[in-house]
Amino acid sequence: MENALKVKDLSAWFGEHQVLKNIAMDIRRNSVTSVMGPSGCGKSTFIRCLNRMHDLTPGFRVSGDVLFDGRNIYSEKIDPVLLRRKVGMVFQQPNPFPRMSAFENVAVGLKFNGKKRSRSEMAEVVEKSLRMAALWDELKDHLDRPGTSLSGGQQQRLCIARALAVEPEVLLMDEPCSALDPVSTAKIEELIEDLSDKYTIVVVTHNMQQAGRISDFVAFFLLGDLVEMDRAAKIFTNPADKRTEEYITGRFG
Amino acid sequence: MKKHYREELGNLRETVLRMGGLVEQMTHRAIQALVERKIEMLPEVTAMEAQVNQLHIDIDEICLEMIALRQPTAADLRFIAAAMKINTDMERIGDQAINITERAESLLTVPPVKPLIDIPRMAEIAKEMLRDALDAFVNGNDELAYNTIKKDDLVDQLKDQVFRELLTYMMADPTTIPRALDLILVSRHVERIADHATNICEDVIFMVKGKDVRHQGPLA
Repeated sequence: MENALKVKDLSAWFGEHQVLKNIAMDIRRNSVTSVMGPSGCGKSTFIRCLNRMHDLTPGFRVSGDVLFDGRNIYSEKIDPVLLRRKVGMVFQQPNPFPRMSAFENVAVGLKFNGKKRSRSEMAEVVEKSLRMAALWDELKDHLDRPGTSLSGGQQQRLCIARALAVEPEVLLMDEPCSALDPVSTAKIEELIEDLSDKYTIVVVTHNMQQAGRISDFVAFFLLGDLVEMDRAAKIFTNPADKRTEEYITGRFG
Repeated sequence: MKKHYREELGNLRETVLRMGGLVEQMTHRAIQALVERKIEMLPEVTAMEAQVNQLHIDIDEICLEMIALRQPTAADLRFIAAAMKINTDMERIGDQAINITERAESLLTVPPVKPLIDIPRMAEIAKEMLRDALDAFVNGNDELAYNTIKKDDLVDQLKDQVFRELLTYMMADPTTIPRALDLILVSRHVERIADHATNICEDVIFMVKGKDVRHQGPLA
């Protein structure tokens, strides 16, 4: 199996403060990789580096390479908008566009990316995306409802459908369940497991039980360092590094 | 790609059953070889042990990973805990079947002391107990588990009977002692298999009812 992303010697700074230190990581295609660690360890900063979400953050600076399809995404030739279409992001708080129906929320990415599509083509993509996000059956008769009128869990799945509609290769998820109740969380987790058949998924999570449940690979970050990355089963039964052991057994963090 | 939790539980159940089927076969063939005096059957029993040993390791690994990664609770937790304990009992049953083949190896190179009657009967009950114990596990059938435990007394009685009978042979003719001792050991191994089946049933009852029935004397 090949890698979808290859991170080489990645460091990042907010002003003088270094938040990521020489990170090297291979992210396997069609797998779920979780990034976990205590608050402030750099995990969110890290996944935001994977689709250049920090580009406009004042004082932010990055060095090193992130190779996507063999090309460094920080090269000048890369268009960040195109990059983000291929490397999508789902956030912690469900953020459907207000004043748009559920249908429009999913279709909006297609509208913005230029290509003319007929209403029926559009409907097809919306249905396919909602099905993949395990939301179609609940929503098919209510597609005109405002996206914001759905339940929190449905809103999050709507945002996942929106991200899938533009056919990304990689899906980044920044704590996608931390604003949701356990039932909605279970649905999103199952969805993540299913989606990893087709997509490469990188999830940031505070919740190590969740990392255990959904991940093929787990990376443990601490104070800007990548302490350890391995198969989830290895990390949770016999981690190599003492700091990982202490974190997952609740001794600190 | 990761499997769903339910699939993983199903996979564990199937793996336990596969191992159970193997040790049942080992017991069956070891006794059959002894009773029908077919020494050529013994190597295949020995060969099955490698598979059993591999499954022994696999099942523990599956269980540990599920505990670490899935945080099982309630019935799921009891199921996984039961699978781990049943795993140990099944592996010991496989060892007992190997012990029987070793006794058979020496018994089948000399003339029989006597026709075997009680040992095959014991073995029949022990195999039935094992089969029912595994059925009870797979179907979560605590009633079947209770009824199976009750049969253990019968096996114990037969073991005593075998011992008493062989004692008379040994007293009458000391040249029978090595062969009679081998048969006494076989009856002991079969009795241990029934004990392991009993343990499995106790684990099944805990799995289904959440009730610990071990070390409480005869069941009501």
